[in-house]
Amino acid sequence: MLGRLTVEALPFYSWVAMGGAFVTVAGGVAVFLLITYLRAWKVLWTDWLTSVDHKKIGIMYVILALVMLVRGFVDALMMRAQQAIALNSEGYLPPEHFEQIFSSHGTIMIFFVAMPFLTGLINIIVPQQIGARDVAFPFLNSVSLWMTATGAALVLVSLVIGKFSQAGWTGYPPYSGIEYSPGVGVDYWLWALIVSGVGSTLSGINFIVTIVKNRCPGMTFMRMPMFTWTTLCISILIAFAFPALTVVAAQLTLDRTLGFHFFTNGDGGNMMMYANLLWIWGHPEVYILILPAFGIFSEVVATFSRKRLFGYPSLVYATACIALLSFTVWLHHFFTMGSSANVNAVFGIATMIIAVPTGVKIFDWLFTMFRGRIEFHPSMVFTIGFMVTFVIGGVTGVLLALPPADYLMHNSTFLVAHFHNMLIPGALFGYFAGLNYWFPKAFGFKLDRKWGIRSFWFWLIGFYLAFMPLYVLGFMGMSRRMEHYADPNWQPYLVVAALGAICVLIGIACIAIQLVVSARNWGSSRDITGDPWNGRTLEWATSSPPAPYNFAIIPDVSDIDAFHEMKIRGTAYAPPVRYQDIVMPKSTPLGPILGALAFGLGFAFVWYIWWLVALCFVLSLVCVGIRACDDNSEFVLPAAEVAKIESARLAQISPADLHDMRDFVPLGEASGEALPGRGM
Amino acid sequence: MTPTAERSLTTYLVGFVLAVVLTAIPFAVVWGGLLTGPAVYAVIAVAAVLQVMVHLVFFLHLNFKSTPAENLFFLAFAAVLIIIMVGGSLWIMNDLHHRMM
Repeated sequence: MLGRLTVEALPFYSWVAMGGAFVTVAGGVAVFLLITYLRAWKVLWTDWLTSVDHKKIGIMYVILALVMLVRGFVDALMMRAQQAIALNSEGYLPPEHFEQIFSSHGTIMIFFVAMPFLTGLINIIVPQQIGARDVAFPFLNSVSLWMTATGAALVLVSLVIGKFSQAGWTGYPPYSGIEYSPGVGVDYWLWALIVSGVGSTLSGINFIVTIVKNRCPGMTFMRMPMFTWTTLCISILIAFAFPALTVVAAQLTLDRTLGFHFFTNGDGGNMMMYANLLWIWGHPEVYILILPAFGIFSEVVATFSRKRLFGYPSLVYATACIALLSFTVWLHHFFTMGSSANVNAVFGIATMIIAVPTGVKIFDWLFTMFRGRIEFHPSMVFTIGFMVTFVIGGVTGVLLALPPADYLMHNSTFLVAHFHNMLIPGALFGYFAGLNYWFPKAFGFKLDRKWGIRSFWFWLIGFYLAFMPLYVLGFMGMSRRMEHYADPNWQPYLVVAALGAICVLIGIACIAIQLVVSARNWGSSRDITGDPWNGRTLEWATSSPPAPYNFAIIPDVSDIDAFHEMKIRGTAYAPPVRYQDIVMPKSTPLGPILGALAFGLGFAFVWYIWWLVALCFVLSLVCVGIRACDDNSEFVLPAAEVAKIESARLAQISPADLHDMRDFVPLGEASGEALPGRGM
Repeated sequence: MTPTAERSLTTYLVGFVLAVVLTAIPFAVVWGGLLTGPAVYAVIAVAAVLQVMVHLVFFLHLNFKSTPAENLFFLAFAAVLIIIMVGGSLWIMNDLHHRMM
């Protein structure tokens, strides 16, 4: 009846595991009680969980990412604590528990922090940047959110019922095969990946269509804001790379559950194919995480330097180049698997080439800042911190791109330091910059500046303290994922790294405090105009938070910095002659229902509860059928209603709130530096 | 039926017949044992690629006259990526093959 699910699945095997399970359950109960106490269930369900509004979906994605960031960071803190004390001793974590922790840390940080964070920011901003009222497929967007949330839920449940994978976040066979990992851990990992991978793929397709089809009149490809460009590029990467992950995860599932032989040594299987397929997804994935952050940095740098982005076309071409090249380097993740020198050399050189367009971007940002009137807003400070720190990571990356050097450093802590050096400044700092920059757009009030700056310094210093010692330890010969060690020379460095982790913990606390303080000072930091930073792109033309339809009248643009030009010309806040009816998508409970069914499906597969698998599968098909037959999924917002919302907004704005644009010269009249957008 | 609708129905039928034929060939080769060795893989691969093209032309109405240039651009990009992924994998795995002996 319950497959292999028995009472023994509960985590009574160690005190630490029980503690983790207790915190997870207590957290869930606390959230449940809080919502009940606030009597917020109805509002939560009708206004948020069932919503297909891209802005609300985006906010829910970011909340998911921040919650999972805390979970993933607790894993990191536990690993640092273990390695700081485990010299010639067992430390406080048994090996099988330590293995679960490093596996879940990587899985969570990539799939359930970085992916939802960037997808959330894209959801909130991109439709507004291109002057659209919604994404191309609003319901699909809701399904994507709930698939991602389901994956996260599977990882969290594994903490309480059963165990998580012990095979690392990459799950290489043969160790992740059924012969060596007979438990449920790898299955939890696989189903979390498969379900959330479906969500990511659907998001990618949704945003390709949105950006290609839904741009407002006048917005040619070469007039799209940089963040929209990076989103378009990563959506294409998602659409092509994630199927590889889904296939490889499905193959390993078949191996484990139905006795196939894709990756076993017997019967013609080949485990090296697993590494190959995983990294065909894995390397583009790195750029899926980093390119949107590059887009955010581009927006932030232009806004807070009060200058047009330097070299916009070169940034576009560099982004496109990186997107294509990211598909040509995957073998550098397994140089040591033993390909011949020619194969390794080709992929090594391709890897080094990819540093060139990235370097172009760094120079473009520097030249944007050059002679600009820089304002040290938290998002700008994160950007500057990124530029300095990311270059170090880039240099170590080029070093690792040399196959002979890689043979020495493969699977050492040098590698761990390198990829954290790319992803923390390169991706996470970008998302934090985006959080500080776009928060007023999403919620209508600004984030506290002081706590933002503090969170930056703790994150930056914490990062250097935590990872620079790992570079050194890599040279000293320490390999990654060590539960205990015997070399006393390593311990001082590991203690420093642990201090760095504590520093980052304070940085996370600063972000939490920043959110609380800002919410409390809500009244005094309101964003009335919808344009708190004197922004340049179209998302600042809407109110903060935007009306459900974003734009009452679809704008017509003639420049890259469309909103900036409108403000100079004085057309930014002019009411239109008349308003029109707007067709809007209706909320639907099918998104969360499909998410719940996917959870049931994944959970039942993990525990071999076959009747539940069949039930959830059939019910999912029924839901899709119901949605396909629903011809009444939209409603009309009458023009009178739109006029009421818009005039209420315009009445609030007094001329004193508007930015002084006298220092800026309209584009057509500027001599020499004019950069007309070109059609494509 | 209008002439355009008739023409598009013909297109779908031609596409359908071609798709069935291109599916039947690999089945026949494997099931009937018509060929052996690497020739089998070659036939399956060629039939699969032709199948993709039949779908694009007859079902998705791709051509060089009425399809927007950007759609063709994205398709060309997709083709390049598939060639990189499949070609690269074949190259890598063939190069490593001696390690599985």
